[in-house]
Amino acid sequence: MTVVFEKTQGLTDKQFHYCPGCTHGVIHRLVAEVLEELGVIGKTVGVAPVGCSVLAYDYFNCDMHEASHGRAPAVATGIKRVLPEHVVFTYQGDGDLASIGTAEIIHAAHRSEKFTTIFVNNAIYGMTGGQMAPTTLIGQKTTTSQEGRKQELTGMPLRISEMMATIDGAVFVERVSVHDVPHIRKAKKAIKKAFEIQLEGKGFGIVEVLSTCPTNWGITPVDSLKWLEENMIPYYPLGNFRTPEEGK
Amino acid sequence: MTRILMKGNEAIGAAAIKAGCRYFFGYPITPQNELPEFMSKEMPKVDGVYVQAESEVAAINMVYGAAGTGARVMTSSSSPGIALKQEGITYIAGAELPCVIVNISRGGPGLGGIQPSQADYFQSTRGGGNGDYRLLVYAPASLQEAVDLVIEAFDAADYYRNPVMVIGDGMIGQMMEPVEFREPATKRELPTKDWATTGTNSSRKPNIINSLALDPEELEKHNIKLDKKYKEMEEKEVRYEMYKMEDAEVVMVAYGTTARIAKNAVDALEKEGIKVGLIRPITLWPFPYKAFKEIPATAKALLSVEMSMGQMIDDVKIANEGRLPVEFYGRAGGMIPTPEAIAAKVKDILGGAK
Repeated sequence: MTVVFEKTQGLTDKQFHYCPGCTHGVIHRLVAEVLEELGVIGKTVGVAPVGCSVLAYDYFNCDMHEASHGRAPAVATGIKRVLPEHVVFTYQGDGDLASIGTAEIIHAAHRSEKFTTIFVNNAIYGMTGGQMAPTTLIGQKTTTSQEGRKQELTGMPLRISEMMATIDGAVFVERVSVHDVPHIRKAKKAIKKAFEIQLEGKGFGIVEVLSTCPTNWGITPVDSLKWLEENMIPYYPLGNFRTPEEGK
Repeated sequence: MTRILMKGNEAIGAAAIKAGCRYFFGYPITPQNELPEFMSKEMPKVDGVYVQAESEVAAINMVYGAAGTGARVMTSSSSPGIALKQEGITYIAGAELPCVIVNISRGGPGLGGIQPSQADYFQSTRGGGNGDYRLLVYAPASLQEAVDLVIEAFDAADYYRNPVMVIGDGMIGQMMEPVEFREPATKRELPTKDWATTGTNSSRKPNIINSLALDPEELEKHNIKLDKKYKEMEEKEVRYEMYKMEDAEVVMVAYGTTARIAKNAVDALEKEGIKVGLIRPITLWPFPYKAFKEIPATAKALLSVEMSMGQMIDDVKIANEGRLPVEFYGRAGGMIPTPEAIAAKVKDILGGAK
């Protein structure tokens, strides 16, 4: 029998705990495939967040460090400063990065720490049961915005990539989505680029990945992909916000 | 070996570098500023790294990351800043990583003041972070002792895979004394750091630095394992000094610079024919409970002297086991007790001047 597809070496054999239809699994695989393709699994240290992907340390087949809530960029700073030749990444959700961890992500970018952040934005707190996040859309129902998020009470959803693009030290900033195959391919390209920039020592890179949460959005996996496309992308436009000039 | 006249904060930094510390993550706060300033200047000279973090919270998490790689790493702060570091400290203790944390403490609560204080006794010995964990806490009374204990702290941290705190009140940070940099008094067989996140090099299973255990049985096992380590510290790491304990009528208990002032009171009272002894804890945790077994039968009372409203006195009471009356004398908020005031308190306890 001919082998036509193999699981990436970048993931362990541990079964994911993610809910059916959640796109964390896809994003994990993209990161893992990139690490494998770049041949850096053996010299990578990943930093896991607090949130749905807290157990990411069991899934990535490289050395892993589990951080406290929001502090992954500070932990990654400590690791990368000791191991400048290694590859270091953080994998963080929107509660972790866009709420409790804003100071850490902004200043890691501001110092242009030479690691890569994968920022998974699903517009909700997943692990704790579907509370409102800074990224929750206006009108979106969550367990702490049961009649839908209201601007006058809680402001407008926070656009992290746009904010990051104002920081000189964030040399690579791109927002991607994983709601269909063409976008998954684009997402992988951006993730690979971000890691390549780290390997070239150019500075801090972040890839924001729009992701689904069927369980806490209360809709089916298929409808979730559609909801992401129709509701999240208009507010969180996809594209590259910053990339280093070639040859620099 | 030559002795060098140095300011406390700088001497502590130099001792850390001497001990092989090459990574320092700091944040400005008075009265410890000369320590990160010194590190920012000196670390590059030894191919080390100094990072000024965006906050104490970030600094301790940088320590957490760096410690995970097996590096010798340190941070320093002062009381309110140490309060902010508590989250990171409990994670580091939970994940069993070595590091050294220096607290040059000041008056509180809240923003408090910037003058010397010992009001962080509870914070250091009872944790400020969540969960069942302990820190080895050294409390030097002189700069030579501070330097010796900082050098020792890195070995102890590596030996136990546990954070070690060195606490000095603001005077330790700010005063100048001659110091020499010596090898640690205790020779320890240090374990290899085969747990460190240095990359698998595709030749071993991934190492994971973690303090999460969702399975309660697994977490309890971890708690028991940690407790075993803390029991070993209680057995092996207790340090204290006894001063003029023979025939003492009152036994004072004081640590850090307060103990030096208390010694002056002991000497002054001795000249007046009043016999007073002193127990000086050098480790605040584990507390030298066993020293209290050596209190002579002549003792009529214990006197805890602190630059606080009374925190260590709780441990003095535990150590005393209800045998003698336990009295207290303290100054707070950055006020420093005088030998005269301490002596007056002793006379008061003994029922007026002899």
